[in-house]
Amino acid sequence: MTATVGVVLFPGSNCELDVIEAVRSLGGEARILWHGDRSVGDVDAVVVPGGFAHGDYLRPGAIARFSPIMSAVEKFAGDGGPVVGICNGFQVLTEAGLLPGALQKNRGLKFLCTTVEVRVESSASVLTENAEVGSVLRIPINHFEGNYTCSARTLADLRADDRVVLRYIENPNGATDDIAGICNDGRNVVGLMPHPERAANPMLGSGDGAVLLRSLLSSAGAVNSND
Amino acid sequence: MRFSVVVEVRLREGVADPQGATIERSLPHLGFDGVRDVRVGKCIRFTIDSDDEAAARREVDELCARFLANPVIEDTEVRIGADVRTVLGR
Repeated sequence: MTATVGVVLFPGSNCELDVIEAVRSLGGEARILWHGDRSVGDVDAVVVPGGFAHGDYLRPGAIARFSPIMSAVEKFAGDGGPVVGICNGFQVLTEAGLLPGALQKNRGLKFLCTTVEVRVESSASVLTENAEVGSVLRIPINHFEGNYTCSARTLADLRADDRVVLRYIENPNGATDDIAGICNDGRNVVGLMPHPERAANPMLGSGDGAVLLRSLLSSAGAVNSND
Repeated sequence: MRFSVVVEVRLREGVADPQGATIERSLPHLGFDGVRDVRVGKCIRFTIDSDDEAAARREVDELCARFLANPVIEDTEVRIGADVRTVLGR
């Protein structure tokens, strides 16, 4: 059975259609989950996409985390369902407490819109299980608040548990320990600043994001076949 | 009773403040030498209905912890008074 990815749509999200398009191009199914819904329905994975949910007012993700859909996403994640937050979605997941740390304004205060290289540091996560550790992916970033920061204790935990899944080759935003993406304890919730959905087809300049989305689809399929 | 509240949200000690650093770097160009330790935060004002000031403070503290600040990187300082002029000491 084809895995279905639910893509959360907040007022101000703007990458939801890109995610849906990329997932479909890789053979998966995808549909929108409205922020006001109280259930994720029967999806096999959830993506919280990029954009500016609720205008990023107060802080990115600060208001979105209280949306009705987020309680459902939290429960889905708690039951082991694959959840990925991309860019603004990463910010939402940290605000919601599904991932540790926070994303601060970029060092240098520049909005960054460019393609960066990230190294796969761990293949033990729903987003990286098909990727090879040490491989380098070219993926676009597009953010003002992507400077990952956390307490020394959290950083030590992330490192000790192999939960830094992606690192920048050249740190663009000041992120602690060059962190581009992390996962939770259960390895089923991943947040990353780069946009794999914008690099899912070589026609877009890079197809390197496809391996990440394929990982998500196979994780989602695994959840599916357990039903 | 209705109380006026001013909440200052600021980056915690030790958290890098790129906005503050940028402002500080630009000051000498404008002839302001000797300005140091620039930190940029937010100031949020509102009023709240509560039985007394202690109850208002408890509620505001919870509001800060759950919503107005991100405890990973931010601290808050809460000031409460009968009206905003009193709160700001004017």
